[in-house]
Amino acid sequence: MNVFPRWLNGLRPALAVGVALGGIYVVSLFAYGASPRTLAVGYAPEQPVPFSHALHAGELALDCRYCHTTVEKAARAAVPPTETCMNCHARIRPQSDKLAAVVASAGTGDPVHWKRVHDLPDYVYFDHSAHVSRGVGCVSCHGRVDNMERVRQEAPLSMGWCLECHRDPTPNLRPPEFVTSMEWSPDRPAREIGAELAREKHIQPSTDCSTCHR
Amino acid sequence: MAGDAHGNAPATASRSWFRPSLVEGDQDFASVTRRVAGVVERPKPPRAWYIAITISGTLTLVLFSLVAYLIATGVGVWGNNAPAFWGWDIVNFVFWVGIAHAGTLISAILFLLRQHWRTSINRAAEAMTLFAVCCAGLYPAIHVGRIWLAYWLFPVPNQMSMWPNFRSPLLWDVFAVSTYATVSALFWYMGLVPDLATLRDRAVTPLKRFLYGFFALGWRGSSRHWHRFERAYLILAALATPLVLSVHSVVSFDFAVSLVPGWHTTIFPPYFVAGAIFSGFAMVVTIMVPARQLFGLKELVTVRHLENMNKVILATGSLVGLAYLTEFFIAWYGGNAYERFAFLNRALGPYSWAYWLMVFCNVVAPQFFWFKRVRTGLLPMVAVAILVNVGMWLERFVIVVISLTRDYLPTSWGHFTPTLVDVFTFAGTFGLFFTLFLLFCRFLPMVAIAEVKTVLPAAHPHAPQGAAGKEHAHA
Repeated sequence: MNVFPRWLNGLRPALAVGVALGGIYVVSLFAYGASPRTLAVGYAPEQPVPFSHALHAGELALDCRYCHTTVEKAARAAVPPTETCMNCHARIRPQSDKLAAVVASAGTGDPVHWKRVHDLPDYVYFDHSAHVSRGVGCVSCHGRVDNMERVRQEAPLSMGWCLECHRDPTPNLRPPEFVTSMEWSPDRPAREIGAELAREKHIQPSTDCSTCHR
Repeated sequence: MAGDAHGNAPATASRSWFRPSLVEGDQDFASVTRRVAGVVERPKPPRAWYIAITISGTLTLVLFSLVAYLIATGVGVWGNNAPAFWGWDIVNFVFWVGIAHAGTLISAILFLLRQHWRTSINRAAEAMTLFAVCCAGLYPAIHVGRIWLAYWLFPVPNQMSMWPNFRSPLLWDVFAVSTYATVSALFWYMGLVPDLATLRDRAVTPLKRFLYGFFALGWRGSSRHWHRFERAYLILAALATPLVLSVHSVVSFDFAVSLVPGWHTTIFPPYFVAGAIFSGFAMVVTIMVPARQLFGLKELVTVRHLENMNKVILATGSLVGLAYLTEFFIAWYGGNAYERFAFLNRALGPYSWAYWLMVFCNVVAPQFFWFKRVRTGLLPMVAVAILVNVGMWLERFVIVVISLTRDYLPTSWGHFTPTLVDVFTFAGTFGLFFTLFLLFCRFLPMVAIAEVKTVLPAAHPHAPQGAAGKEHAHA
């Protein structure tokens, strides 16, 4: 007695292949699809003010620390208050349409509501000062901000990405005077310089859970 | 009749080559099929089935709601707290994994040892194994608290560069239990295929024909099918055999590899395996006795089968008792003050009631199986089996909770009290277990039809043609 038509037999290899490929698909979905490398890199929200880092940090070559003042001393690299903008813009193009929101903010005292681009989860403890004072350049994590019209996330900021550097920081260490430089390039292999700096300053980043998850 | 029930060969000289009959009554090939398939094919199950599934179904719903509550709220709904971070969740996990050991032992080890009496009970025992693994597997999954992160247990490449710690016995546990579940499921399903084909061929409605036919995988019963089936069955039995020993050994490593006094002992793997087989057989007896009454399978699952299982219970129960004695002896002989305290505290400390109840249930109760009347009487054997189940649960409670609440530092001592959620979750797993078992009884052949036929007198190469046990008359 045949319950099923004969052509169904042909589906069996298809089923086997489907099951095998399905397993690979699920694993790659977890490994790559759900990774911040795929989901978060390239995030560049439109900001309330069309502020151009390319102009300020690139063309005008302002130092990062002119605006992000706390980066060497505190966990957070402060987003500057409107007053910092007005230091210059009180005199430079105060009538510009692009600056309308900044000028308004200076008048009312209500800060500009910038959209956060680099946002770590709340359960991650990250300290800018610890990294900057040991010679991890801004550019290492934030990319060439001096070329960005609008800030975009360059690095995945995933746990794996953090760990990569914590396990071997030497390629990303530079002499402290070049920390904010966007264009500094090592004259010798970066790893060599990094190794010297690490030895000199006893840089041994921890990979314990509690280093970042406190 | 009584002589046959206890496996004595028929006295008549002309049939002296008969093996001791493993089934009772006037059974031939057709009647075995009718008897077993009849359970599935009758239009309505017995009234007791409805009553049982109502109760177990309700408990299952309780389980599901409590699991949902746990996931929504957190593991704080359980009594686990410092210093007893392992509570009923682990106790119940080990309890259910232990129960799951009988099925594969009966199917694989007894198969390799050519113990033909396994044929009538292996199907139901394997099903029971699977359902017990379902109950067991639930606990590790939900006790992690954030269940949506449970995939961290598996080596899946991920953005966190997180990889399971292969030196941790907790990880070995994941693999041991999931391997066991996979192999048991395969073994059980493969054994079912010829019987599913029987049900397909007897099915009267198109839906049943479709469903049984789908799962029968096109079985036609040709010699080639049988040849390959038996080969595959043998291979799977050989694969499953080490698992019977390995799974509970690995579960015992969860404790033995730690440094907690009362856990850190080398006797744990064999002691856990003996305990697991002990509890598994007790559970098989507990549910097979009512099941065979309810579904009219008394002639296939005979008192002899039950008696054999009771002998296994007696043997493993004595092994467990020996392990208890050895633990105490080593605690004294080893001279380690913490170890010595841990064991004195078990027997005399705040949970001594659990310890002595455990000793009574696990060591004293099975000793009654030395008496044939207890071994072959339905009520006494169920009573002992239930006591053994209680005792084996208490054993895990004693190991997990007593050791954790009294470790090295008296300042970190504490007391464990389960919450109502603990209690009803555990009751709910019984609901899940029995619901699955009742559904199995109703929709699948609970005795391996094809295998039982091989032990019928009629299957013997020298059986009279067409006789099929007909002349096997009973007074």
